Amino acid sequence: MTGAQIADRAARQAVIPKATGADRAFAGFFRLLMYGAIGVSLLALLTLLYDVARDGVPSLSWDFLTSFPSRIIPESSGIQSALYGTLFLMVVCATIVVPLGIATAIYLEEYADRTKWWNRLVEVNIQNLAAVPSVVYGILGLAFIVRGPLSLGRTVLAGGITLALLVLPVVIIVAREAIRAVPPSIREGSLALGATQWQTIWKQVLPGSIAGIATGVILALSRAIGETAPLLVIGAAVNPRFNPDGLGSAFTALPIQIFTWTQDPNREFVDLAAATIVVMMVLLLLMNSVAIFLRNRYEQKW
Amino acid sequence: MVRRPSGRSRFEGAIKAILFCAAVVSILTTLAIVFSLLSETIAFFGDVPIGDYLFGTKWTPQFGGDQQSFGVLPLIWGTLYLTGIGLVVAIPVGILSGMYLSEFAPRAVRKVVKPVLELLAGVPTIVFGYFALTFFTPEVLRNALGLGVNQFNALSAGIILGILVVPTIATLVEDAMSAVPASLREGSAGLGANKVQTAIRVVFPAALSGVVAALVLGASRAIGETVIILIAGGQQPRLSLNPYESYQSMAAFIASTARGDIPTGSIEYETIFVVGMTLFLLTLALNIVSIRLVRKYRQVYE
Repeated sequence: MTGAQIADRAARQAVIPKATGADRAFAGFFRLLMYGAIGVSLLALLTLLYDVARDGVPSLSWDFLTSFPSRIIPESSGIQSALYGTLFLMVVCATIVVPLGIATAIYLEEYADRTKWWNRLVEVNIQNLAAVPSVVYGILGLAFIVRGPLSLGRTVLAGGITLALLVLPVVIIVAREAIRAVPPSIREGSLALGATQWQTIWKQVLPGSIAGIATGVILALSRAIGETAPLLVIGAAVNPRFNPDGLGSAFTALPIQIFTWTQDPNREFVDLAAATIVVMMVLLLLMNSVAIFLRNRYEQKW
Repeated sequence: MVRRPSGRSRFEGAIKAILFCAAVVSILTTLAIVFSLLSETIAFFGDVPIGDYLFGTKWTPQFGGDQQSFGVLPLIWGTLYLTGIGLVVAIPVGILSGMYLSEFAPRAVRKVVKPVLELLAGVPTIVFGYFALTFFTPEVLRNALGLGVNQFNALSAGIILGILVVPTIATLVEDAMSAVPASLREGSAGLGANKVQTAIRVVFPAALSGVVAALVLGASRAIGETVIILIAGGQQPRLSLNPYESYQSMAAFIASTARGDIPTGSIEYETIFVVGMTLFLLTLALNIVSIRLVRKYRQVYE
């Protein structure tokens, strides 16, 4: 046999037999399984929204938004103190997390020399912090911020700092991606024209990545709004009939109010928890719409 | 000729130093977490032998005298049992969803499914807790399926915990499978395999380390989750296999205990920290495993 004949025979033997009926049946079955899996998420989301709307929407009213919670009378209960508490917490959280998150992201992307061990340590550390359970941040808040070294008490400031530390990794990770998306040619052009490194960052890199950074900040804040466990641990107030009046004030927040009412044996209070969930979800939806708008309107295409 | 540092370069150096300080905050956060956990944990082991804690089968810190016992096994079991139920749901649903998004989904379907998963991932966990307690337990498990579950039970909390981590797993599996080079798929198709065979026998094994990383991260999220279990799973430390009963997890114990106004330095106060330390170490180990695995598949294909 010549070499060509051998090759020819080998090629013929190597041809895979046509797909059998069983193969095709399995493929169809497997596709059904995948549709089912997607269906589970879709169904869960829809049922969840339906359940919350069914229980909560009837209790929604202007009075509900502007009244203080009551321990006894569901009809006259409201979430004014929770709304104000969440607002105060978010202001504190944003004030801390925006400069800190962006500065860290700039450092890691623009300055850090990755061959140095301490820069790698910072990176790995942020990855780990992002996955630390939120209840552990609550312990940090309790032992380090509420009591212990900072001893701020169960105040808005303590709650805001705890939430800020919790979402800081989110801001850093998203801001880094936004900064990385600015192409090196922009930096090189700026440096070639005689700008210093900081001028390049301030005048070129930051404006080019601001949409992505803003999206990251909004994402982080919408995570902070819904966090319950750390606030439970540091000790938010239960059903307060007052709004926080400053950084040193006691507070509650929307998720804490939801938690309190969900635990109530009176079904009418449980429905108020659902109404509070509706308010919180609308708030989250608004924030996410802003994020999507910013991304579409200001995102740079290089 | 050596130039002395100009004002401008000194300014540049100062900026770099400030940015580095911001990056150090994340390291300080980790140190503060470890410090606050460690000091009370050491105090705890001054009172309770470490063997009694690790291998004891009764967790009753709230009792006095002879009834008081600090065996953490029921809490660890509760955590793993609930996570296990969650993963039974989340592993097939998450992997199949991720595989569908990476290998099969037409663009139009992707445009619907991706936002659904993002929305699901953005829903605060307290809302899942509310859903499990007020809808999934009474209306699905009891009424529709006729199961004799308690008001607080592992089955409901575990399944909803699974739904919670589906987006995490699906997104990471999609990333891992998308990172597999097209040449592998083309080679498989060239040998006569259909798309399902290619996805299962070629792309999936090639992405396996990424898939495992996704599962590990999903498990770590479920282990650290607090409010779903606190609300729907109950607060009963238990070593059992009955999914209809109420269980307590480590995170739920921390949140429910810290809410009470317990004095600093009491043994109950210390239990928060020793359980927190156990939870922190467990999730840390899982996170390190997952970071390693992700790095592995990135190195292979990028």
